[in-house]
Amino acid sequence: MSLSIETTALRKVYPGDTIALHGLDLHVGAGDFFGLLGPNGAGKTTTIGILTTRVRPTAGTAVVAGADVRTDPVGVRLRIGVVPQRPNPDRSLNVLENLLFHAAYFGIAHSVASARANALLEQLAIAEKAHAKVDALSGGQQQRLMIARALIHEPRVLFLDEPTVGLDPQARLALWEILRALHADGRTIVMTTHYMEEAEQLCDRIAIVDQGRLLAVDTPAALVARAPGGTLIELTLDGDAAPLLAAALALPGVSSGDSQANVLRAYSASGGQAIPALIAVAEGAARKVTNIRLASPNLETLFISLTGRKLD
Amino acid sequence: MTATVFFALLRRDVRVARRELPFFLMRTIMQPLMFIIVFGYLLPKMGFVRGTYTTALLPGILALSLALSAIQSVTLPMVQDFGWSKEIEDRLLAPIPTPLVAVEKVIVGILQGMVAALVVLPIARLIMGPIPGFTLTHFGEVLAVTIFGAATFSALGLLIGSTISPTQIGLMFSIIIAPMIFFGCTYYPWRGLDAVPWVKYAVLINPLVYVSEGMRAGLTPEVPHLSLPIVLAALIVLLAVCWTFALRSFMKRAVG
Repeated sequence: MSLSIETTALRKVYPGDTIALHGLDLHVGAGDFFGLLGPNGAGKTTTIGILTTRVRPTAGTAVVAGADVRTDPVGVRLRIGVVPQRPNPDRSLNVLENLLFHAAYFGIAHSVASARANALLEQLAIAEKAHAKVDALSGGQQQRLMIARALIHEPRVLFLDEPTVGLDPQARLALWEILRALHADGRTIVMTTHYMEEAEQLCDRIAIVDQGRLLAVDTPAALVARAPGGTLIELTLDGDAAPLLAAALALPGVSSGDSQANVLRAYSASGGQAIPALIAVAEGAARKVTNIRLASPNLETLFISLTGRKLD
Repeated sequence: MTATVFFALLRRDVRVARRELPFFLMRTIMQPLMFIIVFGYLLPKMGFVRGTYTTALLPGILALSLALSAIQSVTLPMVQDFGWSKEIEDRLLAPIPTPLVAVEKVIVGILQGMVAALVVLPIARLIMGPIPGFTLTHFGEVLAVTIFGAATFSALGLLIGSTISPTQIGLMFSIIIAPMIFFGCTYYPWRGLDAVPWVKYAVLINPLVYVSEGMRAGLTPEVPHLSLPIVLAALIVLLAVCWTFALRSFMKRAVG
């Protein structure tokens, strides 16, 4: 597999000694649709920032499409397209001009840029807005304009930072279709998200990150297989859950579990059948159950088992 | 490649500036225009100042227009870009060394400063009437003062724009721009401050003093003024200082 992105011991410490990344090692193959999954503050945006030359790494190396972000940032920029977390079109220009000027920044001849811009606007279903002001576009349309802009110089690697945040469900599905089509074209895509479903649906490899560390990286299927077996039953109590753990684990059908503050988690092979017994255990210890949540094995239950916390 | 990208960035800013020209002119010319009307027309008419006052005033007004437009045309978009719109990110992702993005901004500021001075000159002449001792024979010197003056203010604009937050824009006008205008030898020649020596030397930190005096040296040389070599040397030093700090501040905002 030829590598499109390779980072070694990538570390970022912001002023004030905030450690955003603790030595990240990532390998993204050419043509991969690679997802960085983690909660807010996991270090996803910092990782994208370093890979797109907008954030200087404190230590470690990062090579993108053959160019080192530290020694050849211009080379990196030539080969990448970036879709930011929040659309940041050039509001002094209209939709088409946004694309044409962006192409000009990459030294693309006007006639080529013009043909590509029109094709992209058509493909992303915003052709009728070509001469509109950017402010006249909806959130979803602006996001599509950002994708068109990121693609007009035909980058080898496309970065998307939380591309569907703030989009309505319909726009999100439309964007998923666009991303699938781009991936099918053989483009390398790196996307951050804190939506488990999005990562599972789109990516062929996912890195789970939290607090600046890489917790797991694999295909979605392999990651789900690593999630603790059985259904996760999560009980929220009105007090400390730790004293109940031993009794909960002793229940028939409960294979594993843990506790954190007032949350008790049990993994059960028999679905929700263990719930009455778990409630009885809680009440036996004079605790009230204030909430119950069930989840079948998925990326989120894996994330919870790795970190003890939920994704968002 | 670098040159192609650089000119594309420049073309973008010129396109936007041309489109916003009426607003740009209103923003940068209104203040000098009011001064021209009050100090260059009304006060002489009322007899509070002598008719020859316009000779000292005109170069100062040109310097003021140049300074205000150069500084504002860089600062305002920069504050917005770094503060919330993040629009500049597509240029920071262009395949060009990041300091050149800052250089491009300064050049746009210089161009806008020059346009403002060029527009104000005929307006001032029209309102003030004939200006005793006014000459265009030292065009080269005036051009040099204009370019270095606009560059200094453009770099200062970059420094301010990459340092302050959007909520501090009002503060910038009251604590930076206003004192700069009033102590910039725009309404009086520097030699006039002989009467108050400590002010005379304190104002030398203000770059506007050199632009005003340089304009006097070039346009109305009969008015006592700082010599042109001193003016240019001071502007070059101030430009170097402003640019050094501006680039540092810009890079800090551009690459986290």
